[in-house]
Amino acid sequence: MTTVAAKPATMAQALTRALRDAMAADPGVHVLGEDVGTLGGVFRVTDGLAAEFGEDRCTDTPLAEAGILGTAVGMAMYGLRPVVEMQFDAFAYPAFEQVVSHVTKMRNRTRGKMPLPLTIRVPYGGGIGGVEHHSDSSEAYYMATPGLHVVTPATVADAYGLLRASIASDDPVVFLEPKRLYWSKDAWNPEEPASVEPMGRAVVRRSGRSATLITYGPSLAVCMEAAEAARAEGWDLEVVDLRSLVPFDDETVCASVRRTGRAVVVHESGSFGGPGGEIAARVTERCFHHLEAPVLRVAGFDIPYPPPMLERHHLPGVDRILDAVGRLQWEAES
Amino acid sequence: MTVMEQRGAYRPTPPPAWQPRTDPAPLLPDAEPYRVLGTKAADRADTELLRTLYARLVRGRRYNAQATALTKQGRLAVYPSSTGQEACEIAAALALEERDWLFPSYRDTLAVVSRGVDPVEALTLLRGDWHTGYDPYEHRVAPLSTPLATQLPHAVGLAHAARLKGDDVVALAMVGDGGTSEGDFHEALNFAAVWRAPVVFLVQNNGFAISVPLDKQTAAPSLAHKAVGYGMPGRLVDGNDAAAVHEVLSDAVRHARAGGGPTLVEAVTYRVDAHTNADDATRYRGDAEVETWRRHDPVELLERELTERGLLDEDGIRAAREDAETMAADLRARMNQDPELDPLELFDHVYAEPTPQLREQRDQLRAELAAEAETAARQTGAPEGGRR
Ligand SMILES: Cc1ncc(C[n+]2csc(CCOP(=O)(O)OP(=O)(O)O)c2C)c(N)n1
Repeated sequence: MTTVAAKPATMAQALTRALRDAMAADPGVHVLGEDVGTLGGVFRVTDGLAAEFGEDRCTDTPLAEAGILGTAVGMAMYGLRPVVEMQFDAFAYPAFEQVVSHVTKMRNRTRGKMPLPLTIRVPYGGGIGGVEHHSDSSEAYYMATPGLHVVTPATVADAYGLLRASIASDDPVVFLEPKRLYWSKDAWNPEEPASVEPMGRAVVRRSGRSATLITYGPSLAVCMEAAEAARAEGWDLEVVDLRSLVPFDDETVCASVRRTGRAVVVHESGSFGGPGGEIAARVTERCFHHLEAPVLRVAGFDIPYPPPMLERHHLPGVDRILDAVGRLQWEAES
Repeated sequence: MTVMEQRGAYRPTPPPAWQPRTDPAPLLPDAEPYRVLGTKAADRADTELLRTLYARLVRGRRYNAQATALTKQGRLAVYPSSTGQEACEIAAALALEERDWLFPSYRDTLAVVSRGVDPVEALTLLRGDWHTGYDPYEHRVAPLSTPLATQLPHAVGLAHAARLKGDDVVALAMVGDGGTSEGDFHEALNFAAVWRAPVVFLVQNNGFAISVPLDKQTAAPSLAHKAVGYGMPGRLVDGNDAAAVHEVLSDAVRHARAGGGPTLVEAVTYRVDAHTNADDATRYRGDAEVETWRRHDPVELLERELTERGLLDEDGIRAAREDAETMAADLRARMNQDPELDPLELFDHVYAEPTPQLREQRDQLRAELAAEAETAARQTGAPEGGRR
């Protein structure tokens, strides 16, 4: 393999590259969704695929989410590997019945005879000034549905690696794309894109001794920034990027919390019934004797996603994270 | 003076000429359901086919009775009988080739069995087991679908995929009259028509969705009329006339296989039994209505045709019934054996590889089962053992 110098690439470019490579490697990989063909998707993630692979491989479907996912189920039954694009998080809900009743159960109810290798790409989360229905964090719904893998990249390398892994998986995967990271750039070497952890593994993005920030997707960058800022106050924060919500990597998360003794879970989606509650409970159950303070959550408010003019008040930012970190001095206070 | 005249100089530019994209006339269903039995069309019917249909209908009727009896004995958790609808079930399945696929709903056990699935396996879900019982690939039968109409887009996707791969496979998707109100019905028909997917949609209009009659379900002139709006042909057929169902379905299958795209067939029939064994049909319909339909019974219609034409006599009828009795006795005997379920298998097919979380939970259940076995062993005074 020739070594190509790492150049800045956006997450959207890495996703496109992952789709293109997967389609080139396996003729069974088909992309379908609304506007994915000629337009290349509203975020341009499928740009050029219809031109390169033809409209049978990258198909503009009628405007119907249940139909898109439902027909993809049938395509997977016949041995194809469909990758469907749901245009926005909140527009995937019409397809939710297919997710819950069929996508996640086909393997189970046929006793393993009919696995469904399909990938459901969902652009999710806020921070891009979208109007209503364009900024939902829907991960808790998918996490609560057995039979799905739920992954979400926070880096350009992961966007490529996790999407390739999702398409290669013999199980259905909900691939959550943090919208506000589409245009974020990392140095990325497209010639060695496979050097990411496999699905199901979390990664320590920054090591530290005094507390662990547990996060994923859109909130990783915010947590990294908070960790830098916390140094001034004498906190040496570790940051864990979950990458995969299902399966959940208890091992990496708990190893970190046992080292630091304190943890804050950070995500954009609402707190009540959200991913943070599950994560905090798991950490508490497994690390209780190592904990110096309760596991805290910094999350979006429990409100419908606010309008663009107010979303900055909703999204967990550096200050809110630092505030929680301050509250981790539990022992001293109580 | 009108407003237009006031404006004086206003000259609207004519819009571009409008053309319908498809002539709706050939897509429209007949005014009356198509019939073969007792009409001139019967002269053209293949007598061997009629005999086969008859034998299958008699078996199907007996299967429904036996399965209903098994619910009373607690051997089946539930059974949605298709008594009265056997012609739709069986004639439709027989219109398919071996390489074709069937997408059944929960009431379509007879169609499933007609595809060659073991009658006991076809009842696995209804028995209260956790899986669908049969291997879908063995006879190309999708799992029975309990949510209404959700299996229809699967049929479209599979047929579409088969065509992309160059296989001339047709998918037959079955749905009830109530199911046609679901969004998935609409989405499936629309996708199929746009993609010209080789799919045949068969609506068994049996008059009711549990208790709700057709006139509260739709205001359409017929369910077959719905096809026109999607740009596919709609056909209306007497669902109690096995020969007619077979002919119409065969036409639609041929049309699909030849690249003509999907067809929507409405078979007009009646659900003679209650919705399931758990339903009380007297709350929403009278005996007189049921009686009218009993006089238009699919088995009797075919029996009369065959007898009148000298193709069936008393011996033939007796032979068909004896054959059905043998099938029923076998079904009874095999259903009376307690199925052996392994609770630990519940964890095996959620993912290709169980997640760490599922492994933990499987270990937990394994420990609970071992403890249960030990307690049971202690109580019966038997030596300790059991699953570990
Ligand atoms: C999506 C969905 N909603 C509700 C039900 C509950 N349900 C089961 S059968 C039925 C009536 C279906 O009627 P129809 O489609 O006419 O089929 P039939 O039972 O008459 O064969 C209903 C409402 C269901 N199974 N799925």
